[in-house]
Amino acid sequence: MTAVLSLEHVDVDLGRRPVLRDVDLHVEDRQLVGLVGPNGAGKTTLLRAVLGLVRTRQGRIMVADRPVRPGRSPIGYVPQRHAFTWDFPVSVQDAVMTGLARRIGLFRRPGVEHWRAVGDALERVRMTDLRRRPVAELSGGQRQRVLVARALVLRPRVLLLDEPFTGLDMPTQEVLGELFTALARENAVVMATHDLASAVHTCDRLALLNRTVVAFGRPGDLRDRRVWMEAFGVSERSPLLASIGIDGGVPAERGA
Amino acid sequence: MSPVDFLRDLFNPDLAFLPKALVIAVVAAIVCGVVGTYVVLRGMAFIGDAVAHAVFPGLAVAFVVSGNLVLGGTVAGVVTAVLVAVFAQNRRLKEDSVIGVFFVSAFALGIVVISRAPGYAGSLQQFLFGSITGIPDRDVYVVVLTGLGVILAILLLHKEFVAVTLDREMARATGLRTFWLDIALYVLVTLAVVISVQTIGNILVLALLVTPAATARLLTDRLGVMMVLAPALGGLSALVGLYVSWSWDLPVGGTIVLVLTAAFLVAWVFAPRHGLIAARLSAT
Repeated sequence: MTAVLSLEHVDVDLGRRPVLRDVDLHVEDRQLVGLVGPNGAGKTTLLRAVLGLVRTRQGRIMVADRPVRPGRSPIGYVPQRHAFTWDFPVSVQDAVMTGLARRIGLFRRPGVEHWRAVGDALERVRMTDLRRRPVAELSGGQRQRVLVARALVLRPRVLLLDEPFTGLDMPTQEVLGELFTALARENAVVMATHDLASAVHTCDRLALLNRTVVAFGRPGDLRDRRVWMEAFGVSERSPLLASIGIDGGVPAERGA
Repeated sequence: MSPVDFLRDLFNPDLAFLPKALVIAVVAAIVCGVVGTYVVLRGMAFIGDAVAHAVFPGLAVAFVVSGNLVLGGTVAGVVTAVLVAVFAQNRRLKEDSVIGVFFVSAFALGIVVISRAPGYAGSLQQFLFGSITGIPDRDVYVVVLTGLGVILAILLLHKEFVAVTLDREMARATGLRTFWLDIALYVLVTLAVVISVQTIGNILVLALLVTPAATARLLTDRLGVMMVLAPALGGLSALVGLYVSWSWDLPVGGTIVLVLTAAFLVAWVFAPRHGLIAARLSAT
């Protein structure tokens, strides 16, 4: 199967600081890929490079066989929740509609087809009943769903999720994990997260990132503790390895 | 003075400046109410203040050379707003620092320019605190047409402004030109300020931008309602302010601002969901 998202030899600098080096990553359709690594590994920068928001120093990023272009490539982006102004007085459906602002076009108002797309996106994240509620009144998990719906309204081929589990309790994380798994049946999904347990449980591929992709594969195949130690910069006695079953066991992956 | 007497004065041919002042004050307040909704929701009050001060050198130059005040103020406000937007791209400086540098220097330039004009003290006071006399007929048309243009532009760019305000990063990711949308909003704030300066004055114009929108925010959780309520509150306060000012011979700009502030305080205490009393009742 061909990759719907591919990065080849990608380097990214922020100012003079090298953040990503020689990144190779290939994500196929209907794959849920967890992008894991320590703080400062370049997870968010990698997502921003795919979106075309930061320039690559070298290398190539292709989405659906075309070079990535902001606003043109079929990508849906779910930023970290704090990036959104939650006290802004808009309803859930109006917030989702903002995802279509550019596609509707300058000086034009949303049409029937746009409201239909918003309705479909809200249905996919099971938020139809709350479509008229002000976003300020939503819980953390509901807010995450609104951001996912806003990304889905563009009907993307690739969905990028940036730390979707941060600040959420375990039951909410489980429900969202099921949602992302369901979305991966129709799209390629890349999820940057520092929550290893959720990533191992939810994703069918993991990319271990620390400025470059140290390892890529099914959670159950990534048994070599050395790649985890290299990716996270930890010793072999680190509780991190035990927490994901590397310490003598095999991570329990989705569908295994 | 009773409201009927005020109405009679409005139609008195010897007091022709009064209806012109009323039209300009109400239109300016309505336009500022609409634009001010974004100023309040985006936390742009400091930028609004900066633009208000930045139009001063343009007004001063236009006054000295007997040119068009609206045009002069707009050019100066837009130039300053663009300079702020460009210099704020440098990440070592936060935007409020850049604003602080440029709006004070623009205001200082205005003072230097107007000091070269004859009757310097009187002109300065008129610019800073507003006046309802000496408004030419042409200015009424300019203010009304400019106001209509600003409201039309806001309606046309509404969904883009909302998208950028809600989530700037996502707006960029979907291909919206956030820099140019910022410039467009600054230009609209500038125009709203310029058409308000004549009656309310340069120092007090920020109140027209911020206070009605802040009051409306206390009263509603709906953006559409807020964008109707803010200009309605602003327009009504301008009418009441002008009436009170005319009745008791008070400065018009200051009186309008005090009426706006009174409305804000009433909303702060009595607003149905977010007022002081409602908050106390829901806490018990």
